[in-house]
Amino acid sequence: MRALVWIIEDTWQATIDDADALLPSEAEITLLHVASTEPETVARAARRGLLGRHPPPPPAPQELQTISDQAARELLTEARARLGRSATLQARRGRVEREVVAAAEHADVLVLARDGDRERLGPRSLGPATRFVIDHAPCQVLLIWPDIAPELRTIPPPPPPGGPAPHPPPRKSPRPDGRNPQGP
Amino acid sequence: MTDGPSLAVALVVLAVTLAVAVASPPYVSEAVAAGAGAVLLVVVGAIGLSGAGDALRALGPTVGFLAAMLVIAEGCRRDGLFDAMGVVMARGSAGSPRRLLAFVFVTAAAITAVLSLDATIVLLTPVVFATAARMRSSAKPQVYACAHLANSASLLLPVSNLTNLLAFHASHLSFLRFAALMVLPTAAAVGVEWLVFTRFFAEDLTRPRHTSTRPARPELPRFTVGVLGFTLAGFALSSVVGIAPVWFAVAGAVAITLPALTRKTVTPIALARAAEPGFLIFVLGLGVIVQAASANGLDTAVRAVLPTGGSLPDLLAIAGLSAVFANLVNNLPATLMLIPVAATGAGAGPVLATLIGVNLGPNLTYVGSLATLLWRRVLRAEDTDVDPREFLRLGALTVPAGLVAATVLLWLALQV
Repeated sequence: MRALVWIIEDTWQATIDDADALLPSEAEITLLHVASTEPETVARAARRGLLGRHPPPPPAPQELQTISDQAARELLTEARARLGRSATLQARRGRVEREVVAAAEHADVLVLARDGDRERLGPRSLGPATRFVIDHAPCQVLLIWPDIAPELRTIPPPPPPGGPAPHPPPRKSPRPDGRNPQGP
Repeated sequence: MTDGPSLAVALVVLAVTLAVAVASPPYVSEAVAAGAGAVLLVVVGAIGLSGAGDALRALGPTVGFLAAMLVIAEGCRRDGLFDAMGVVMARGSAGSPRRLLAFVFVTAAAITAVLSLDATIVLLTPVVFATAARMRSSAKPQVYACAHLANSASLLLPVSNLTNLLAFHASHLSFLRFAALMVLPTAAAVGVEWLVFTRFFAEDLTRPRHTSTRPARPELPRFTVGVLGFTLAGFALSSVVGIAPVWFAVAGAVAITLPALTRKTVTPIALARAAEPGFLIFVLGLGVIVQAASANGLDTAVRAVLPTGGSLPDLLAIAGLSAVFANLVNNLPATLMLIPVAATGAGAGPVLATLIGVNLGPNLTYVGSLATLLWRRVLRAEDTDVDPREFLRLGALTVPAGLVAATVLLWLALQV
């Protein structure tokens, strides 16, 4: 069984612990981290907005990609140490949700954590990136709660008979949380 | 005086120069384009030799001021001021993304005000990025904050933005008076950014804090901070002692560089590169080109649309028009075109309202100008991982509100 464990900065410890508890001992584990390149693009664009200015390039460690790559490497190494099993490390860069789906192409199971609201059960417990990954994953998905799952009573009561549906019909609003998939 | 053919030639030269600056092709630099364009306009008679000389003489002190400030900023980087700022931000935010954003706001505003927007974008942004990465927190709101505050906080001092330096010369204000009139508008613009950012990026900012190891105490380069302090004090006292502020900038640049030169930690070549001679030539060339266009009728056209009164509606119209202009042609040429007209208006109000427009305006279409972005897309067809709707929305939320708030407070400050 090839298992891909996607970790993010906020919840990596819980994801690793659950992966260790739930994945069989013979599983071939790959730990995946994807760095979003969006902040680097914003910073680069800001530099280009300075019309006509070519300041001397900063020393190498100041290169944003170097910083980002090093942070990813450290996180993955720490995660493998916490897992305590042999695991392949994979660091990718780009649009996070698309990179995760691409990395899962040859996996049997993808392990990931909810990245949204952790206080109550419901659609908002998935952020835009995780929702995209779950919707498009080319393999089985093991979705974990980073903390203890909230209680059932956090679900709003059902609407009265004949009242509005709890969620709008999918055609009008394909995203249950009604948010822009890219924006916050 | 309108001379159709000369105006047309000048506008074409201006468009080509801006296109080269935006596209930055490998075979010709914008300094060469602006220099050659200026020479061409003199040769074809669109601007007389004396007219070009006047434009260069008017810009000379400003360009010298700019060079000195660039050398000071590079000295601050060399002495580790920006790295120390990173440690201060990491310690102060104690793992909370929202607190980090607050520290980034304060730091970026201070660096922009004192060392200009270039320093924030070129030197501070990588440090902020690294700080967020070390904290394992999303760098997105922090980097956006640097990009936005580099414009919004650049209203405060004449040295905060090249546009201010250009206007400062024309405004006949003292350094201190300029700062006193612009302190409330700057606070308003930064305040609007904070209100919008904390809501716009709420999802990134409410993530739980991480218990990471607290970084060691920062070692602020005392000598560098001292030189900066003396330079600022010199600026403030310049009108009292009767010495132009540019000389305090030159003194600061010398003071911050001499120790490194004697210790041989910096070479004269590296020093010359820090002053960005290509950029200085570009500014001078652009000044001559815009002067040629203005003298041949562009001036009259600008005068026809730009109000020059000092009433609140006039100032709001000036700020709004300047913002639109800055987005169409980038704020540097916009300033060169608008300031001479605004300077003939009622007191300092129109000049400062123009600055509010050209400085805050670029945030509307991201950083730089809409033209910059569109041209790049056409010329390079580069793939981008940024959703354009997102930054346009951020600009639409901050810029109009910032323009109005800053202009109203400028008007109030002018009444006192």
